[in-house]
Formats: sequence, C-alpha cells, structure tokens
Amino acid sequence: MQANSSFHQLKAGLDEGKFTCVDIVNHYLKNIHQKNDELNAFLTIYEQEALDRAAEIDTKIANKSAGKLAGLVVGLKDVLCYQDHPLNCGSKILDDFHSQFSATCVERLLAEDAIIIGRNNCDEFAMGSSCENSAFGPVKNADNTSRVPGGSSGGSAVAVQSDMCTISLGTDTGGSVRQPASFCNVIGLKPTYSRISRHGLAAYASTFDTIGIFSNSIEDAALILETIAGEDEHDSTVSTEKVPEFSRMLAFDGKVKVAYLKETLESPALNEEVKEAVVSIGEKLKAEGHQVDEVSFPLMEYALPTYYILTTAEASSNLSRYDGVKYGFRIDKPRNLESMYKKTRTQGFGHEVFRRIMLGTFVLSASYHDAYYIKAQKVRRLIKNQLEELFKEYDFVLLPTAPSTAFELGAKTSDPMEMYLADLFTVQASVAGAPAISIPIAKDSDGMSIGLQVMTKVFAEDKLLAFSKYLLEAK
Amino acid sequence: MITKEERAKYDVVVGLEVHAQLMTESKIFSGDGNAFGSQPNTNISTISLGHPGVMPKLNKKAVELAIRMGLACNCKITRFGYFDRKNYFYPDLPKGYQMTQDKTPICVGGYVPIQGVKSQDKVTLNRIHLEEDAGKSIHVDGQPDSLIDLNRAGVPLIEIVTEPEIFSSEAAGAFLTEVRRLVRYLNVCDGNMEEGSLRCDANVSVKLKGETKLGKKVEVKNMNSIKNVMKAIDHEVQRQIHLLEKGESIVSETRTFNPDTGRTSGMRTKEELNDYRYFPEPDLSPLQVSDEWLEDIRSNMPELPSEMKERFKEQYGLNEYDASSMTDQRDLAYFFDAICGITGNYKKAANWLMGPIKSYINEHDMTFSNFPIQPAALASIIALIDEGKISYTAASQQLLPYLFENPLEDAADAAHKLNIWQESDSGSIQSIVDEILASNEDKVKQYRNGKKGLIGMFMGELMKKSKGKVDPQMANKLLRESLDAQ
Repeated sequence: MQANSSFHQLKAGLDEGKFTCVDIVNHYLKNIHQKNDELNAFLTIYEQEALDRAAEIDTKIANKSAGKLAGLVVGLKDVLCYQDHPLNCGSKILDDFHSQFSATCVERLLAEDAIIIGRNNCDEFAMGSSCENSAFGPVKNADNTSRVPGGSSGGSAVAVQSDMCTISLGTDTGGSVRQPASFCNVIGLKPTYSRISRHGLAAYASTFDTIGIFSNSIEDAALILETIAGEDEHDSTVSTEKVPEFSRMLAFDGKVKVAYLKETLESPALNEEVKEAVVSIGEKLKAEGHQVDEVSFPLMEYALPTYYILTTAEASSNLSRYDGVKYGFRIDKPRNLESMYKKTRTQGFGHEVFRRIMLGTFVLSASYHDAYYIKAQKVRRLIKNQLEELFKEYDFVLLPTAPSTAFELGAKTSDPMEMYLADLFTVQASVAGAPAISIPIAKDSDGMSIGLQVMTKVFAEDKLLAFSKYLLEAK
Repeated sequence: MITKEERAKYDVVVGLEVHAQLMTESKIFSGDGNAFGSQPNTNISTISLGHPGVMPKLNKKAVELAIRMGLACNCKITRFGYFDRKNYFYPDLPKGYQMTQDKTPICVGGYVPIQGVKSQDKVTLNRIHLEEDAGKSIHVDGQPDSLIDLNRAGVPLIEIVTEPEIFSSEAAGAFLTEVRRLVRYLNVCDGNMEEGSLRCDANVSVKLKGETKLGKKVEVKNMNSIKNVMKAIDHEVQRQIHLLEKGESIVSETRTFNPDTGRTSGMRTKEELNDYRYFPEPDLSPLQVSDEWLEDIRSNMPELPSEMKERFKEQYGLNEYDASSMTDQRDLAYFFDAICGITGNYKKAANWLMGPIKSYINEHDMTFSNFPIQPAALASIIALIDEGKISYTAASQQLLPYLFENPLEDAADAAHKLNIWQESDSGSIQSIVDEILASNEDKVKQYRNGKKGLIGMFMGELMKKSKGKVDPQMANKLLRESLDAQ
C-alpha cells in the first residue's frame, strides 16, 4: 500500500485483490501507533472496532454486497457525534460524555461501509486557528513538529497528512477546515452552508458551522460530499437543493473567468512567499487562455469583525447548555446553584472559549445589541450581496487560504488578535455561506505547504471541484 | 386598608399573560411524549435534554393549535416568521435558552369578547405566540439538593398576551373564563389551572382617575385558579393604593400570590433586570404558513361556543338563556347536542341538564367529561316521561341515581326494576277512582256543592292507593270526570 493513497487508489487495490480492508486498517493503525504520541491527532482510536468492521466489510466485498465506501477509513473531529462513543469537543467540560446518537454525516458514511478509526483532536469547541486550544494538548504539524497544524480541525488535517486515515471530517466555521488543510499539505473542502446536515455537530456558531472534508484527492472530496450532503429529517435548515453526483462531474473544459481580490493580495498581513505562489497560479491560468482579473472587494476589511461578532454571539448561547446540571463535568460540592454554574463553567472551559462566550454575551446584551449584533447582521448581508454580484461576473475567486504558512507552536498564543488574523482570508466565504476549498499548490522555503483557496457561488461545488482538480493537475 | 374614597380616586389597569399547554401528542421540538402525570424524567430524549449536536424539529400540530386559537380570537395570522432564543440560566432549562417567538408571534392583535361585566365587553390582545415550556424544579424542604423533572421541558405552549386594557378584577376573571372556554372548545388545551396546563400572570398597576400615563406595574405570579387571579388583583390594587396614599412609590417587581393568605409578597430571589439577549433561532428554518395550510386549519376548526349557541337557538328553538346555559361548558354543549340528535324534546333535554343532572354533577364533584350516562339513555328517560310511563319525580329522584350506578342498563328495564313504571291504563285507574269516591261520600258531596279545592285531597288519596304509580295527568283527568259527572 502506498502512503497517502486516495480512496480511488485503495479501491483499485481492493478490486484487484492486492490487499483487504483489514490490511488497510492495519496500515493506518501502524502509522497511528508510530506517530500519534507525538502528533496528538487522535484522542481515541477505535482499534478493535475498526478491525472487526474491516473484516465484516471484507466478507461483504466477497459477497458483492458492500457499500460504495467499502475500504474507506475515516477520522472524525471531536465535535461530531458517533453513537456510544466519547465526545469531548476538545474540552474538559464534557468529561466522560458519550453520544447517544450518530451525526447524520456519520450515519451516511457508515451506511456505505466506511470504517471509523478514531476521534480527532481539535481546538476546544472548534474555537481556534492553531489547535493549541484543546484541553487534551496541542496537535503538531507532521511536516515539522515545531509548527502548528492550523485549527480548529487540526487533528483531522494531520490524520490525513500523516497517513492515519483515508479522509477525515472536520468542521469549518470561519476557516477551520481550509486553514489547517493549507498548513498540512492536504485538500480541505468547505461546502456551501446548509449543504450538509448539522444534526450531530456540536454547535459553535450555528449560522456558520459547516461540515468539511479533508482528503488526498479531489475525487475523494467529491465522493464524500455527494454521500453525506442533502436533506435530513433531523435538521430543518438543510438545503433542499439537489445533490448531484459530484464525483462524476470532475471533467473540466473551456475557459473561465477568475478574479483575484486586490484587498487580499495587498494585505500587509500576507506573507510574500504565499503571495508569489498564488500570483503564479494566476499567471499560469492567463497563459492557458483564461481571463484573470484583479478586482476590488471593498467590504473585505469588515469580514473578520462581522465574523467574530456573529459567531461569538451564537456561541454564547450554544454553549449555555454546558452547565453541569445534566451531563459532563460538575464541580464537587457546590455551595449553591450560582456557584455551581460559575465554578463548573470557569473550570470546565478553556480561556479562548471563555473569551468568546464573554464577547458574545456582550454583543447580544441589551445596550449593545443594535450597535454590534444587528449591525453585523446587516454587514453580513452586504458582504453576501457583494459576493453574489462578483460571481455574476466571475466563475471563481482565487485567494490565499491563510496569510502565512504554518507558524511555530506558541508563536501567537499570547495575542488573540494576532491569532484571529489567521482566519483573515477564510471568513469571507463563511460569512457569505459560499463554498470554498483549499488545495496545496506549493511549499515555502522552509518546506511548509502553501494553500490556494478557490471560492465560488453557493451550491456550485461541482464546478469548484472540477476546477480545483484542473488546478492541481496543472500546477 | 384603604377607604372607599381613596379607592374611588384610582383606576385599575391590568394586563394578563396566559400560558396554555397545547394538547399535542408530542413536544414542540421533539417526538417526546406530552402527557401530564408521567413518572419524572420519562418523557425525555437527547433533544429535551439539550445534548450536544441535537437539532429541534417543529411540531406542525402545535402551530395549528396556536393558529386555531388566533382565528378564534380574531387575530391576524403571521404568514412568515421565525423563532427566537431567550437566553437565561436555570437548571430546568436544559439548553440555557428558551425557544420562543419574540419578534414574529404567530398571531397578532385580536380580541376576546367577555360577558357579565358592565364596564367592558371585550379584551384586546397584543399577541399570541408559541414557545416551549421549561422543566420543573422541585425543592424539598430540608433537602440540600433540588430535583429536576424535565418531562415538561419542551411541552408546547401558547402565550396569550393582552393589552393593558383590563380595568377590573371582574373583567380579568371574565376574560380568563372565556379563554378557558375557548381553549376547551377548540381542543387547544385542557384548561386545567390546578395542574398548571393553563397559567396566568397578571401585570397590575393603578393610576389616578383622568391620568393618561400608566402607573408602575407589578407582575403577580403563582395563581392557580381564576378566583385567585381576581383575589390577587384585588389585593394588589389595595396594596398599591395604600402605598401611594401614604406618599410612597410603587416598586416595579415580581410578586408571588399566596392563596392561603390572599396576599402578594415580593419574590425572595433578588430582582435583577434580566437581559435575555434575544436573537433569531438559527437551528430552525423559518415558519411559513401557506394559504392552503391556513385554509385547512380554518376549515377544520371545531365549532366555537358562540357559533354553537346560535345553532342551538336556530336548530333546537332554545331561548337566549337556555342556549347560553347549554354552551357554558364544552362538554355540556356536546352532551346536549348528542341528546338532541335522538330526542325531539329539546326544551326538556335542556331542563334535565340544567336541573337534576347539573345538581348531581355538582354534588358529586364530577364534570360532563367523565359523566357516566350516555346521551341515548337520557333521551330515552325523556321519552318515557313524555309517554307517561314514568313520572318526572320518580325519574329524577330514583331512576337517575340508579343509572349513575348502573350506566349500561336500559332506562325502561331499570324503571321496571325500580317499580316506578306507572299505570296509564285508564281502566285500572278508573277502578281506583271509583273506590275512592265510594269510600268518601261526604267529601264527594262537598265537592259537588262547590268546594272544588278538595280535588287535591282526592288526588293524594289516589296516589297513596296506587303507590304513586299512576300517570298523574291521566289520574287527574279521570278523577275530575267522575266527580263532575253528577
């Protein structure tokens, strides 16, 4: 078995009888055993379970009754529910909590005979850009263990990067799939908001939270997306938009119109090497006869504040349920109800979660509600409209996924504002609900991966995936 | 206490917030059962418990019941709306927020007509909105821990909010009586205030007559009957006027009513200004009420009390008073309607229900919903009386109590068994008449000489002799004929 195989490669091997599902699981388990102590990408490994299931699926393959994902091995970010398995959301506050049901996306993977191999570490409640906010210790970048993997789905990114599973599911609220994908040299897809059911996704910011996919190939991302997307009786907010067979729509043909955003390329935060890599892709496209223009997106500077106001507002409410009453962590012998709440939450939540709950509570409070929350809602609408206008003219927007490549562990932990800038280029798609993908296009002088972000209009993942495949092949 | 003169200086202004638990099979955002009296924490699931990752799912039936109530109260129905989150911490609120309709209530405006109050004939509504109920906290005296029962968490509620346009405790009582009648007629809520399926908070203020600005309002909670709501308002009015007359001011606060003392007192919890940080619920798609859906709800509305009253007047020829009495309570109205489907004697049916049956029910602390006798049995009692087979007295005093105990028995069989089947055969009555006339010759003479009042004595003799089993009308007729025949 080749390292970092795509599912298509694995499937070919299975079809030819070169190896079995048990072999595949053993291959990943070996890597996990070798590397996970240092990388900390997995919080729990479902070793025996995965092996047993692999054996069952091998039988199914022999009987020709296996689902279309037979042989696919998956890692799940620790905010996705898997029945009878632990769920911590990277936090101390859930303690020994186990989910009593599986997320819809997990159900759909299992129904097609995917194998879940374990639970991936992440920033607490998906809040963070470096995976240093987990109560279970930081995750390290496999390309250089002194560097961060990005966040919040850092564990899921590293799991694919270091060949511990075929694909992994993360969640992307403001860049939490795309940014770690960019840091870890893998593909990270954030589909359109509402494409995939949020049932079984422990909420951070409900109007932004989107389940995303880490993979080694565009084909895999397309196949997983078409499997898990679409209407769900458990989630009334899922789009009723038809889910096409993305994996059969990857042929790219013809000429397209592509826009660079002036505000991103001229951003003082943008690293020079990253900028060059992105610009050189544009040059190549031009050379191949595509139209590439630099356009202005005047509202760009408002995307990050809009994102932080609205997500913290929603988070302050979404995280109210962790109160020590019904499940999870509760302090010993509280004096009274108020002290139980205060101490449980103070001891149970980490600093970043604390900060965002406080911010969110503030922006929703009666005296500031209009000035912050309502204003940000209006700006969100404007950003959405401006992006829609842009996509009337252009097929795709190209921008760096992150201002820099993976930074050193601890480099930004003391300054939250500096850390928030890591999401500078990803929040735009999140605020607008648009689909976006990060694909690895180059390495910097330190050998760290540079990700290119491609964004398109809502529900156009078919075109996004086909174009990304073309870009990867052309690079 | 305040004097009459002091009282007369002030106007009373009350606004009510009425919560009604909807009679749905399941909760408003989950499939958990909605039943009163279950074992604690049995009607729950991951949704009711607010587990991470759960998503709410709106119960359509709850929306329909809310719209039903809105249509009955002449409200405007909101066609596109959404839910909001009301954020606060309490152990019986599993998610740390309540899902409610703050900005877009399902029903807007409207009014409820009220009866029997001189000063006003209707109460204007501000809105009716849908929301979820919280669970229950149970504090046991002497126990350091409180217990939480989440069966009620997520039970669908409508909150009916009036404008501050109720001007007396009588009007408040009349409004609540009408609301309770409406929710029962519409099958929206069982209207049981003692079990808490219908709850009422009152915002009470007073102001000097002629003053246009409203006084500071006090919210009173914890009244479990209409009577107590009225008492609480009366007490609160007295208390507030007393304070104002002393030159003190009213504190805007929440007070609780004590039914044992009839007084209100400030809630012990410190009254901070709660900031609920409302914002639109992001886990539910917007609520759209289509023309078709609204029409469907409208056409499936149960009959309103006012409609039923008009129908009773028209179809059964009842007068205003009888028609009102028959539609006073839902179960009574349906019972009456069912009897009228069998008997043709509508007036008698109404008399029976208002007379012997109502007294029996009152004496035995029953309601029409658990009334054992079937409408058909009552219809046949009426028929037996009309045919002269039994007397009204025997029917009401003997047959009715017997049938309460033996509700499945046939009325005619029971009358025979009770030995109250009366002679209406003129031959056999005539022989008794002849017998009595023969043994009272002097009285017969006096009667024939003009002392007509003696008829009563003859009647009494006749009843005695026949042991009351003769049809009195027939007996009276035969007796007169014999006496008058010289």
